[in-house]
Amino acid sequence: MRTTQVKPKVPETTVWQHHHILDIDDFTREEIELVFHTTKAMKEVLSRPIKRVPTLRGKTLINLFYEPSTRTRLSFELAAKYLSADVANLNASVSSVAKGESLVDTLGTLQALGADIVVMRHPHSGAPYIAARHIEASIVNAGDGWHAHPTQALLDLYTIYEHKQNLKGLKAVIIGDIMHSRVARSNMWGLTTMGVEVTLCCPPTLLPLGLGPIGLDNKELPPVKIEPNIELALDGADMVMTLRLQRERQKSGLLPSIREYINLYQLTEARLAQAKPDALVFHPGPVNEGVEISPAVAHGKQSVINEQVANGVAVRMALLYLLSGSQKQ
Amino acid sequence: MKKSLLIQGGKIIDPSQGIEAIGNLLISEGKVSWRGKGEETPPHADYDTLNAKGLVVCPGIIDLHCHLRQPGDEEKETIASGTSAAARGGFTTICCMPNTNPPLDNQTAVEFIKSKSASEGVVRVLPIGCISKGRKGKELAEMGELASAGVIAFSDDGEPVLSSYLMRQALDYSHAFDLPIIDHCEDKTLTEGGQMNEGVISTRLGLRGIPNAAEEIMVARDLALAQLTGGRLHIAHVSTEGSVELIRRAKEKGIKVTAEVTPHHLTLTEEKILGYDTNAKVNPPLRTKRDIKALIQGLKDNTIDIIATDHAPHTEADKLCEFDLAPFGISGFETALGSLMSLVHGGELSLVTLINKLTHEPAKIIGNRYGSLGTLVTGAPADVTILDPNLEWVVEPKAFASKGRNTPLTGERFRGRVMATIYQGKLVYKDDSIKVKES
Repeated sequence: MRTTQVKPKVPETTVWQHHHILDIDDFTREEIELVFHTTKAMKEVLSRPIKRVPTLRGKTLINLFYEPSTRTRLSFELAAKYLSADVANLNASVSSVAKGESLVDTLGTLQALGADIVVMRHPHSGAPYIAARHIEASIVNAGDGWHAHPTQALLDLYTIYEHKQNLKGLKAVIIGDIMHSRVARSNMWGLTTMGVEVTLCCPPTLLPLGLGPIGLDNKELPPVKIEPNIELALDGADMVMTLRLQRERQKSGLLPSIREYINLYQLTEARLAQAKPDALVFHPGPVNEGVEISPAVAHGKQSVINEQVANGVAVRMALLYLLSGSQKQ
Repeated sequence: MKKSLLIQGGKIIDPSQGIEAIGNLLISEGKVSWRGKGEETPPHADYDTLNAKGLVVCPGIIDLHCHLRQPGDEEKETIASGTSAAARGGFTTICCMPNTNPPLDNQTAVEFIKSKSASEGVVRVLPIGCISKGRKGKELAEMGELASAGVIAFSDDGEPVLSSYLMRQALDYSHAFDLPIIDHCEDKTLTEGGQMNEGVISTRLGLRGIPNAAEEIMVARDLALAQLTGGRLHIAHVSTEGSVELIRRAKEKGIKVTAEVTPHHLTLTEEKILGYDTNAKVNPPLRTKRDIKALIQGLKDNTIDIIATDHAPHTEADKLCEFDLAPFGISGFETALGSLMSLVHGGELSLVTLINKLTHEPAKIIGNRYGSLGTLVTGAPADVTILDPNLEWVVEPKAFASKGRNTPLTGERFRGRVMATIYQGKLVYKDDSIKVKES
């Protein structure tokens, strides 16, 4: 009976410093590796017939979501339940927020209700930073505006790690709406910290100012290459990430038409052939099949889109586990 | 009869008269009545004495750009609290912007400001009238009536005048009253939803940017219209290197333009936003070191005429929210001088230049309709600011007289502090260490 061993075995070599997870721009390579190793232990837990350990028994996790989400919220909820935490969900758009309660007031309420960890999704960049200044509980950023989505980036990194083991020197290409993408921002930080060479490919109207290779005046940003031509960008890539294109981008004048975007930037089988034969295809979801990615690629044998979802639960279990060690007793 | 006051032994700096010397200054009947060099004392002996040894004595400083929020937003500031804050900051004359509710686009509203200031204010408040009715940018406000009610300029501050046609008419029509048009230069089609300077930091933080070009396009347009009309143009809160260059070239061509810069644009960069500090959210946004360098150079070569605070108080609750939802603005009266002195101590500006940009130069823009301001010439209103250029202090917003504690400078250590403010001969603010000895 494997269920007799109730605790996951995780390495304790690197000291975990984070009380909150707001972004991964402040994660070191060693900390990201600690997340990998802890995730591996959590995947072992998930492979058991009874996939539940008592690590977070007595702890309360609240999902505070100001934006609709299915997979991220569900992923956190399952992760917390597999670790025996109590979970409550607050869909903020239908709660007192609609009556004008401020973010800081809402956090005060969650604190009073005994939250130990608050997982937060918010349409405005930086909202979790404001939250972290006003609550004792750990804040986990589940996506804030255009800014960051650290748990998504960590699950993407873990998925690469599972396939390639050593990330250093790999070539990654991120294609699509970089400007409005928190996934792209967090992945840029995570990938470059792990020694991956990152190339961004997008229409210039969807590229925010200041990004570029080392040597530019951009110490506040990770070094990346910019290549607007998709065929050139994909040349020799080990991994390709396409981003969801929202139709509003066309309406707000950033693109002439969705049709032209498809013509220039859709990840097709022919274009993917420019990358290495074993290149992995990522998408943070939800996928607009036929827009940023062709159905054949999204469901093709190089696609790891479903693995990303599966690894998401294990990575979030690992992060909750690591955070629980940082909590005040 | 009110007793006279002798300010004794201070270093008198008055750029309007080219004075920079130790001396004594006598104030009688609310006016500057006598000035003596060195230890020279006044002919008659009946006066109180304020010992100003080691301190700088200069004309009362003037702020051409502030927001007093009354009427309409009294929870943010009132004329009473705003003028007290101004006095603590060393200001004896402040010009309030008309973006109140209702706006100052008619005589009655201007009269309200004047009567409230007379009854509740502790320093001189000079109102600025609207350019357009309701600040809507459609039709000119009744500028003639506003001028006779006593406004010192016209502005739709906060709302740029988007229509070039209306701006042309405003510059032309105001010519009749010899009053400047103050424009908040911002091309709103480029700044919609913008939160901070567009650049590496906005990209990092995932905040929508406000590009330099949004300001420079409007500066260029306004300069062209000033050239066309010969009207008096004043550019509010210049924040970019490009704007400085445009104004410099316009002045070389002889276009009638003046310009201001705020203490925060001279001393702080966009990096203050890292961590999403809503108290550093201001419009125009904090820019970069390169812009600061150009702004200081602009002050030195007189491309930029004056320093003005754009004091914009907000409540704590207004700013305690998501960055995107917070209003723009910094409460500036009570930190202005301390932060500007860092430029003096850093060797960027001389103290005389700084005082000139806060006294004589803004007085020139205001003109003489309220008497001789920004000067210590005999017979002028006794508006005096007394500074200790070397005293160190720490910014504590809780101690502000302003209702707006919205400053990104909390905990900042400054060298140089206002020790006393005299308005029309009356001590309206003094530090506890300043003692007045009775005769």
